[in-house]
Amino acid sequence: MIEINNLSKVYHSDNGDITALKNINITINDGEIFGIIGLSGAGKSTLVRCINFLEKPTSGDVIIDGKSLSSLSTKELLQERQNIGMIFQGFNLLSQRNVIKNICYPLEIAGVKKQDAVKRAKELLEIVGLSDKAKAYPSQLSGGQKQRVAIARALAAKTKYLLCDEATSALDPDTTRSILDLMKKINETMGVTIIVITHEMRVIESICDKVAVLDNSEVAEQGNVADIFKNPKSDIARKLIFPDGHKENEVTNGRKIRIVFNGENSYKPVFANMIFECKVSANILHAETEDVDGKAFGQLLFEIPDNDGDYERVKKYLDDNKVVYSEI
Amino acid sequence: MSDLFFQLIEKNVLQLAIWETIYMTFISAFFAYLFGLPLGVLLCVTDKEGIAPIGWLNKILGFIVNVFRSVPFIILMIAVLPAAKLIVGTSMGNKAMVVTLIIAAVPYVARMTESSIKEVDKGVIEAAQAMGTSTFKIIYKVLIPEAKPSLIVGAVISLVTILGYSAMAGTIGGGGLGMIAISYGYQRFNNDIVWVCVVLTVIIVQLIQEIGMLIARKTDKRINK
Repeated sequence: MIEINNLSKVYHSDNGDITALKNINITINDGEIFGIIGLSGAGKSTLVRCINFLEKPTSGDVIIDGKSLSSLSTKELLQERQNIGMIFQGFNLLSQRNVIKNICYPLEIAGVKKQDAVKRAKELLEIVGLSDKAKAYPSQLSGGQKQRVAIARALAAKTKYLLCDEATSALDPDTTRSILDLMKKINETMGVTIIVITHEMRVIESICDKVAVLDNSEVAEQGNVADIFKNPKSDIARKLIFPDGHKENEVTNGRKIRIVFNGENSYKPVFANMIFECKVSANILHAETEDVDGKAFGQLLFEIPDNDGDYERVKKYLDDNKVVYSEI
Repeated sequence: MSDLFFQLIEKNVLQLAIWETIYMTFISAFFAYLFGLPLGVLLCVTDKEGIAPIGWLNKILGFIVNVFRSVPFIILMIAVLPAAKLIVGTSMGNKAMVVTLIIAAVPYVARMTESSIKEVDKGVIEAAQAMGTSTFKIIYKVLIPEAKPSLIVGAVISLVTILGYSAMAGTIGGGGLGMIAISYGYQRFNNDIVWVCVVLTVIIVQLIQEIGMLIARKTDKRINK
């Protein structure tokens, strides 16, 4: 469990103090995928660096499995960090080492014998699906492959936690999807607790259980992803969920449903079929979708008459077709 | 060609001078790196943007390096002759010249090293820190290996600079092609000997340059092959 208690971070500069984080309180339970979302400059990158003390908080503390990081000596802190993997937007692989040696790096640091390290690295390459690239150098890999290697490296030392700093922001939608799937798989099969930093709602809703929304150095709101999507309380959460400024209180009297497209086949007329099959008159309130290589991304907010029969049919149709949606 | 030129070849003076130039350059470069490489690393890591900032140490080292770097070699060489005498017991000959070359080259090598190490991607260093790497291990497991191709290019440039210095050492009692060009060529009005030394120096520089760059390219894994 990671507990972030009353954490603040202030940078001192010649032009006065800059507050990057103010009184942050977040608890991340084991096995969760916890999202931290905010616009750029909200302080999310600083926050993730405070979790492993790459940045020392000005006040407050981070407690990992009962151990207060601020009370640790430098040596103990280095030891503790070996338990917390981290991946980055820029991948940050060692360019002069090949894939297998990159994955062996944290094991070298931990003093694992070379044979055992190579064996473990090969296991991880298998998990991330890059067994054939063991001898390749980072310059020979695509962005998605580099991030897979970075994930394997971050998990090599049997890490319990994985911090992801905008890990998919430099990737195209297809690759983003596959990396998110991999993260989900790692969470489920290896029990790794994952903390995801992002500015994209899409990332949060596809893999996170819980989310904290950061705005102006503070937590604007936090809770279960489903709850926040259903009923965003803060302005910033509304803004992130409805970037075009959809207002909750628009004059409508039906029931509202939000569909999310996360790379499903864009040639399949999901919405039109729903109207035909469920025989409902759906009214589109808000839509923003994009088509990338035949895959649909985006969201669609629509309203159907407040009639339980219609509503249940629509929900069943969406469930049957495995469409991600939330009731609003 | 003058008679003197043929005499120099016949008596193996020119051949010896080529050898002296090469070995003075390489021996000096070796020792210059022995001291300059750690100094350069220290300059880089103790910088306020570095991985172990120590302001006062960085300022002192930076100042000393700058003092040595700002004195022209031909003056520095004379100034450090007493130091050479202290270390090797003589202020004449190749041994003394090697000492002066090392003293002159250490600050140069340190700055070259510093700039190579500074090129290492900050993100990679951060990743290493996030994996719990100590400062010392970051130096020899991340900074130096990642900067290796750039360090090799720096070494080539340093070698060529030291070769240039060694020629100047010919004016105050050092051997090598510089001495031949100055005492047999310039001072006895044998322009052909000067030109022969120029051509030989150019050939040596070209060889160092080409071989060094080849090694740098071969070892750089960032280049797709």
